[in-house]
Amino acid sequence: MHPSTGGVRFEHIMKSYGPVRVLDDITLDVPRAMTTCIIGPSGSGKSTLLRCANLLERPEAGRIIVDGITITDPDVNIDAIRSRVGMVFQHFHLFGHLSVLDNVALALRKVRRLPRAEAEDRALAKLNEVGLRGLERRRPTDLSGGQQQRVAIARALAMEPAIMLFDEATSALDPELVKGVLAIMRDLATSGMTMLVVTHEMRFAREAAGQVIFMDQGKIVETAPPAQLFDHPQSPRLQQFLDQVL
Amino acid sequence: MLKGLLRIQQTFFDLHLIVRVMPNLLRVGLPNTFILALLATLIGIALGLIIAIGLISSRRPIGILCRFYVDILRGLPHILTIYLIGQGLPLAGLSLFGDNTYAYAALAIGLIEGAYMAEIFRAGLQSVERGQIEAARTLGMTRAQTMLFIIVPQGIRRVLPPLTGQFILVIKGTALVFLLGLTASQRDLFSIAQDSAINNANLSPLTAAGFIYLALTVPMTYAVNAWERRLRLGPTPQRRTAL
Repeated sequence: MHPSTGGVRFEHIMKSYGPVRVLDDITLDVPRAMTTCIIGPSGSGKSTLLRCANLLERPEAGRIIVDGITITDPDVNIDAIRSRVGMVFQHFHLFGHLSVLDNVALALRKVRRLPRAEAEDRALAKLNEVGLRGLERRRPTDLSGGQQQRVAIARALAMEPAIMLFDEATSALDPELVKGVLAIMRDLATSGMTMLVVTHEMRFAREAAGQVIFMDQGKIVETAPPAQLFDHPQSPRLQQFLDQVL
Repeated sequence: MLKGLLRIQQTFFDLHLIVRVMPNLLRVGLPNTFILALLATLIGIALGLIIAIGLISSRRPIGILCRFYVDILRGLPHILTIYLIGQGLPLAGLSLFGDNTYAYAALAIGLIEGAYMAEIFRAGLQSVERGQIEAARTLGMTRAQTMLFIIVPQGIRRVLPPLTGQFILVIKGTALVFLLGLTASQRDLFSIAQDSAINNANLSPLTAAGFIYLALTVPMTYAVNAWERRLRLGPTPQRRTAL
């Protein structure tokens, strides 16, 4: 695949909530087949930026190109693009009225138009991949937080996305459950998935990311490979942030 | 004093009259009231769900239209609406059901209930968390698919108790259809009781009908309350057997 068709590119993104500017002229390349981690204090705009990548938030100005398609164009079919951009939320957002299997199979049937049997086969295979074999008949609320998040990852992966977005995927988990979810994310990164990951897990960012972005007050302050960013922070703000979290 | 009590007993609790009207109330009135309430509720549920979706629609004209419907039908006295629809439609030449008064009655109450149920459904649909909608849209589901497969199934579940509560109100509401003049076999509880009360110049048949209404509505009310409590608190824990 030509490099320009993969990945995500943000160009001069602006976004405000009332008088508060949450994204202030953000330009960022998320290369394909690489993991990009965004770190920064809360309120820095990192989640908002992530949510712009599938237009859950619409920027006021700027261009976003996802997998070669300019999604900020007014006549673009956003549903078709979203179906190829997987997203994992902090609070899982599993469909409460559906079984684990149906959570994963629903979009395969309704969006991909697969026959039920085929959709369920693929869903089972994905659940197996995230280590949830045997739980497919359960309700989401019967599972632990870590298991729920793994269902959410399987649900996104089943659509065979070109890009995966993670919005603080481990922040709502009990400490002992974080590891399992991070292990899946790490495997995914190693497998060559294009990933954009908002996280507070500095170790994950250091070990799995190809590039790390530090955001503060709606701006990108630093962009660098993890070793450089964590070991040789350039700006005082990043130094201060790392002092607080490490 | 005693004379007064006696007169009250004779006017409202004439056992002889109550026993005489009871078989007709139970054989004809009870099924008619129940079926009428059920028909009206089914119409109300179908209509109410559609209007509720309209109420939360992002298309303003649709929302305004549905809001109009709800405000008007909830704002009018039911007796007036039933008259307007039950008498008005056939008068206007819209004889949808020929001269079947029963059907017009069901339609009229159904249209009214649609407005009340729309508000109940709206509350349910709006109680579905934003994250559910975002998760569905993120997977590429359209607005309509998200409504149909994610919001409606979860929203309806949460309002099943208040919907059942509304059904209890419908049972009582059916008493108003006597206005439309039902044939002997179509009469509901109240119509039968009222006819009998007039014929006998005594109110005891109405008391008899009252007992039947209460036998329907009071247990249902308690069942709904228990159901709501269960939904709120989860199932009651199994009591452990003592050793």
